Amino acid sequence: MNQAAPAPKENMGQPVPRIDARLKVTGQAGYSADLAAGNVAYAALATSTIAKGAIQALHLDRARAVPGVLDIVSIGDMDQIEKPKFGNTGASSIGPLHDKTVFHDGQIIALTIAESFEAAEEAAMLIEADYAQENPSASFDSQGTKIEPAAGKSPMYKEDAKVGDFDSAYASAEVKIDQKYSTPTQHHNPIELFSTTAWWQGDQLTVHEPSQNVTGWKIELARQLKIDPANVRIISPYVGGAFGSKGPMTARTAIVAVAARRVGRPVRCVVSRMQAFGTQTYRAETRHRIRIGAGKDGHITAFAHEGWEVTSRPDPYVVGGASATARMYNYGSVLTHVSLVRADRNTPGYMRSPPETPYVYALENAMDEMAVALGMDPIEFRRINEPQKEPIGGKPFSSRSLLKCYEQAARAFGWSRREARVGSMRDGDWLVGMGCATAIYPTAVAPCAARIRLTADGQVRVQCGSHEIGTGVRTVAGQMAAERLGVDLDKVSVEMGDSALPPAPVSGGSISTASVCSAVLKACDAVRQKLFAAAVGEGGPLAGSGNAKLDMAGEKIVADDGKSAALSDLFKTMQIGAIEEYAEFAPRGSSPEALKKLYAGESEFHGGDQDQDSVKYAFGAEFVEVRVNSHTREVRVPRLVGAFAAGRIMNTRTARSQLMGGMIWGIGQALHEATEIDQRHARYVNRDLQDYLVPVNADIKEVEVILVPEIDHEVNPAGVKGLGELGNVGTAAAVASAVYHATGKRIRDLPIRIEDLVT
Amino acid sequence: MRPFVYERPADVSAAVAVASRFADQQDQPTKADVQFIAGATNLADYMKLGVAKPKRLLDLNALREPTLRQIKIGDGIIRFGALVRMGEAADNDDVRRICPLLSESLKLAASGQIRNMASLAGNVLQRTRCEYFRETSWPCNKRDPGSGCAAMEGFNRQHAVLGTSDGCIATYHGDFAQALIALDATVEIEGKRGARRMEFAKLHRLPGDTPDIETNLAPDDVIVAIEVPFAAWSRRSHYLKIRDRESYAFALASAAVALDLDGNMIRHARIALGGVATVPWRAKAAEEALQGKTLDQEVAETAADAAFAEAQPRRYNAFKIPLGKRTLVRALLETRDMKV
Repeated sequence: MNQAAPAPKENMGQPVPRIDARLKVTGQAGYSADLAAGNVAYAALATSTIAKGAIQALHLDRARAVPGVLDIVSIGDMDQIEKPKFGNTGASSIGPLHDKTVFHDGQIIALTIAESFEAAEEAAMLIEADYAQENPSASFDSQGTKIEPAAGKSPMYKEDAKVGDFDSAYASAEVKIDQKYSTPTQHHNPIELFSTTAWWQGDQLTVHEPSQNVTGWKIELARQLKIDPANVRIISPYVGGAFGSKGPMTARTAIVAVAARRVGRPVRCVVSRMQAFGTQTYRAETRHRIRIGAGKDGHITAFAHEGWEVTSRPDPYVVGGASATARMYNYGSVLTHVSLVRADRNTPGYMRSPPETPYVYALENAMDEMAVALGMDPIEFRRINEPQKEPIGGKPFSSRSLLKCYEQAARAFGWSRREARVGSMRDGDWLVGMGCATAIYPTAVAPCAARIRLTADGQVRVQCGSHEIGTGVRTVAGQMAAERLGVDLDKVSVEMGDSALPPAPVSGGSISTASVCSAVLKACDAVRQKLFAAAVGEGGPLAGSGNAKLDMAGEKIVADDGKSAALSDLFKTMQIGAIEEYAEFAPRGSSPEALKKLYAGESEFHGGDQDQDSVKYAFGAEFVEVRVNSHTREVRVPRLVGAFAAGRIMNTRTARSQLMGGMIWGIGQALHEATEIDQRHARYVNRDLQDYLVPVNADIKEVEVILVPEIDHEVNPAGVKGLGELGNVGTAAAVASAVYHATGKRIRDLPIRIEDLVT
Repeated sequence: MRPFVYERPADVSAAVAVASRFADQQDQPTKADVQFIAGATNLADYMKLGVAKPKRLLDLNALREPTLRQIKIGDGIIRFGALVRMGEAADNDDVRRICPLLSESLKLAASGQIRNMASLAGNVLQRTRCEYFRETSWPCNKRDPGSGCAAMEGFNRQHAVLGTSDGCIATYHGDFAQALIALDATVEIEGKRGARRMEFAKLHRLPGDTPDIETNLAPDDVIVAIEVPFAAWSRRSHYLKIRDRESYAFALASAAVALDLDGNMIRHARIALGGVATVPWRAKAAEEALQGKTLDQEVAETAADAAFAEAQPRRYNAFKIPLGKRTLVRALLETRDMKV
C-alpha cells in the first residue's frame, strides 16, 4: 500500500490497479480518432464569426478549389435529415445546417471533406459568409436577454424548493447576511479532442466518437437520419476526459454521417480546440443571491437561495443546484428560486457536478460569511446546523457522514492550529489562510444491463455498454465479477463503450459504478445460482451439501461444510463449455417502463431527492490552506485535505484518484478557470489552453484524500454512492474562505484573481 | 494550414541569399513570403491559425556554423549563439552564477518542453499572444493594418499599459528580452548588406501608427548572436514574474532588476518590466529615481511610481498598474537582499 493505493478500511475494496493502466500509459489504448476506419477522408468545420443574425450567402468556390477537396456539406444539405433534439442525449435543438439563422458564435456553417486533414482545414478557412448581423446579447448584463423561471423547464428541475415562512423568519433573525455570488462560463477542455468518424457499409452506419452515452446516441442518431437504430453502431472504447462534455450528442455527428454517405467512404472530423468552444456544451455562468438568518446561538432559522443562469435562446438548459443547497442544513425556513436568462449563446450543458459546483460554492461561501458574522468557528457552525432530516420533505437521509468527514479532515489538516483572526497567520512575506467547506453530491442509480460469460478454465468476460471515461469503471466492474465468481481479476476481461453491448445508462451523474456494478452483480448471481444448483444437484460434485451455504472462491464452488468443487469439474459434470447470463437491473422504485427506456437510450435516474423513502447523498469536507504574497498578492495553495464518505468504496485507488482529481479541478475553478466573453459581440475570446487556464503540476502541492467508512444498504444493491463528481464540490468555497482568512477580502465572484486582491 | 516550401539552408550566407531572393525588401519580416524558423514554437502555431502565411520556410537548424550553438563567456561578455535553446541557456551554471537574471528569465518562461525547442533569437522575436491577434476573424491592426483593434474596447485583461498607441495595445510577452534590455545587450545580425550590430533596445519598435512593423530587421536579416555585458554587479540581478498560476503562463507583470550597490547605496540600477508593455520595456525613470539612494520600501515605491507614471489603463487591465508597481518593489527588495 502507498499513498496512491490506500489500505482499504471497512466496506472498501482492494486498490487494484486499473486493468487498462498499461495500455493507457503506453499509448496502446485506442481512442476514437485513433481507430482504423479504412480509406478515411478528413473533414474540418467552418464556423460562424457572429453570434446573432442570418447567413445571406456562403462563398465556397475558393474552398472547392483547394487540391484534394472532395465535397463540402453546408446549409441546405441536411434538409432530408431531422433536426437535433435538446435533452439528455442531444446537446441542442439547433440544427446548424438546417437553418440560415445564426444563434451563437462558432456555429457550424459548413463541413469540408478532403483527402488530407491539411486540405480540409485550408478549405474550411477559405469559406466566407455574408451575414445579416444583429446585436447579440452576451450575458447577464446585456440588453435584450429574456428572463424566465426555471422551474418546470427541465424534467430535472421541476420546482423551486421551499418550506416554512422565510420572510418572517429572516426579518426576525438576530444575525443575518444578504450577499451575491457568481461563477463564470467554463469549458471542459478534455485533453482528447472531440471527433467523429463515420462510415456506411450498405445501410449500416458505424460511428467512432468519444461518448458517455453510446446507446442514447445510437437512438438519437438513427432518429435524425431517419433510419432503423438497429443499423447504427456507436463505438467509443476509451474516452480521454469527458466531464459531461461527451454526454449529449452534438449536431456534428449527423453531419459527418451525411458527409460519409455523400463521399462513399469513411469521414473523420477532429474538431480543433478553438472550435470546440462553440460546438460543444459548457458550464453556464451563474449568479446567486443568498440570505441567511440565524439566532445568536448559531441556529439557522431562514435560508434563501436565488439563482440566475445563462442559457441559449432555443434551449432551456437548467443548472438548478438550489435543490441540493435547500437540503444541506437544518434551516428552519427555506426559499429558493431559479431563473433562466436567455442570451445569444450556444446551449450550455453538464459539467462535472453540474448543479452542485456553482450553487454549493455560493452556499458554502455564504456559510463562512455567516460564521464570521456570528463570531463562530465555521465547523462548529455547520455542526450546530446538522439536520436529522432533510428540511424540505422531512425525509431521512439514507446515510449522512458529514460530521465524521469534518472531524477526520480537520484532524489531518491541523485545523486546531488555525488562528481565527483575519490576517493573523503569516510565513515571511506570505499571508497564510485556512478555509473549509462542505461537499455534497446526490446518489443516484439507473437501470442497466450486463452480460457475463464464465468458461470452464475460469475466464470471465463482462459486457456492458457503459463507458470508460477515465473513472476506472472497467476495473471496478471487473472487480465485482472477479469477487462474485471467485476468480482472479487477471482472468476477467471487460468490454464497454459499444452500442452493440447490453445497454447501460449515460455515464453521468456519478451513477456508473452503482448502476453497472448492480447489473454485473445480478448477472453474476444468476451464473452462481445455475452453478450451485448443478453442484448440489443429483450427480453433482457437491451432492449432499444441499443445505450448506455456497460461495465461489479460487475457481471453486465452496460449501461451508468444508467441501468444494473445482469449476472445471463442475463444467464437466454439466457437460458445458461456458455459461452466460444476461441481467437487467432496475433500481427500486423504477417505473414499469424503466427497462424499455434503457433500450430506447433514456436513463431513468433514481435517488438523490427523488425517492419516497429517503434522500440519498454522498458528503465530504474539504480543507484548504492558501498563501497570499504580501506584496504582489498572488494566491498559491500548498495544501488540500478532503475527507469523503460514499458508501461502499469498490477500489480505494480509483476512488482516491477521482476525488483528488476533483479537488484539483476545484482549485482551477477557484483560481484559474473562466471562459472570457467579448461582451460587445457575444464571442468567446480565450478559446485555447494558452488563455483558458487550468492548474499545472506546479500549482498542486500536497493533496490528501481520506476515505471515511460508511455503510448504506438503501442506495442500491452494490451499496455504492457515486463519487466521481463529489470531489470538486466545495473546493472553491474553501479557497474563498481561506483567502478571506488570509487577507480580510471576501471574494464572491469566481475565479479569484490577482486583480481582486491587489487593489 | 496552407501549403508552403520548406528548405534547410546549409550556412548563414545561404540562408541570407535565399531569403534575399524570395523576400520583397519592402515587406516586414512577419509578412514576407519567406520566413525563418528555428524552434517552431511560435511561428508554426501561427501558421496553423492562419495568422502567419509564409510561402517559404527556411529552417535554420541545419546551419553549419558552430558558434550559432555555443555560449561563450569572456572579456566581460556572454555571447549566446542564436540557435542555443532556451533550456540550455537556462541550465548553464556559469551564466547563472554571473548573471542570475538571465537564467531566471529563461527558466520562468514557457514549459520545459518548449524551452528545449525554442531558440534564443526566436524567443526574443516571438509575437504577441493577444487573443484578438491570434484569431483571424477579429479586426487587428497588427495582423491586418488599418482593420482596427478589437482589444481596445474588448476583453483586454492581458494587454499593455505602457508603450501603447491608439492602434494597438498588444503586450510583448517575452521574459528573456526583459533581461536583455535591462543589461544593455547587443544583437549580431547577418544580412544582405553584411554583418552588423544593433543595440537590443533598438530591435523592437513601439506600435505607434504601424503596429504591424514589430522590429527594425529586414526580411533577410538573420540574428546570429546575442551579446550581454557582465561585471561584478550583475551577480546581484533577479527576475520576478507574477502570473495567474505557478508555471506555464505569461507574466501579468514581471520585473528584471540588476543592482550595483555600494553598501546599501545604489550606484546604478538596471530595470526592465514585462507583461505590462507593448515591447521589451526599460524603466529608465525608475532607474534614475533610485540613483544614489539607499534602497528601502519607500524608495522602491517612489521608483515604481516613476516607472508607471505614463501608464494608460483600459477597462480590464487597470490592475496591471498597481500590480506592476508592487512587482517592481518586491523585485528591488529581493535583489537588494540577495547574498552574492
